[in-house]
Amino acid sequence: MLARRMTPRFGHAALIVLAALVPTSLAWSVAPGQTAPACSAAPIDGGRTASLADYRGKVVYLDFWASWCAPCRESFPFMNELQGDLADKGLQIIAVSVDKTADDARRFLERYPAKFTIVLDTKGACPAAFGLEGMPSSYIIDRTGAVRVVHVGFRESDRTELRRQLTELLAGGK
Amino acid sequence: MRKTLFALVCTVLLLAALGGCATVPPWERGTLAKPVMSVDPPPQEKQQKLRTYGAKEAGAAATGVGGGGCGCN
Repeated sequence: MLARRMTPRFGHAALIVLAALVPTSLAWSVAPGQTAPACSAAPIDGGRTASLADYRGKVVYLDFWASWCAPCRESFPFMNELQGDLADKGLQIIAVSVDKTADDARRFLERYPAKFTIVLDTKGACPAAFGLEGMPSSYIIDRTGAVRVVHVGFRESDRTELRRQLTELLAGGK
Repeated sequence: MRKTLFALVCTVLLLAALGGCATVPPWERGTLAKPVMSVDPPPQEKQQKLRTYGAKEAGAAATGVGGGGCGCN
């Protein structure tokens, strides 16, 4: 009888526990159709700080990577390919390193050379602004600055689809 | 009354423990990605450790024996 009287209390407790867990799984993140948030970072080879807004008018492939991220190793050859094939058609690749130290990023780049723009965001301001859901994450941003595609993770099998989406956007299609 | 109090204390403790939970955003998982942070070490390293442990404790197969039961491991 005592147990029956206590049931609602446990119900309440369970609700409170659930409520405490909810916000952790509902973090905000950028979705396709939204305008890309402002983001600026320093190029790895020095030079002035680049801002995402500077590339308005170009199709931007924005990639977040880190030296400790295993799938990022696979994505670098892919991005080199894109740079070779689509750069002259108006594609701008920006790969943002979220490493805490620039040296980690440099060591990675020695093993996996990149032919595209690499910027450093050691404070993690850009990934926070985009609300990354995983590593690596890439965003395809159209000429007006709107996010078209959000892609989390990277596998060899993603190549075809990403390339198709970029080619379509560069050709002016939807 | 006592049971209710017990339940209340348990709930408070549970909630207090939840305060220790933290979500690490994906771009800050560099330290967590280090091999030393894995819950289970790589299989080979684990095997080595078990072997050392077995020898030190003078208890062969103290942690179980791999193999199909033929006793030939």
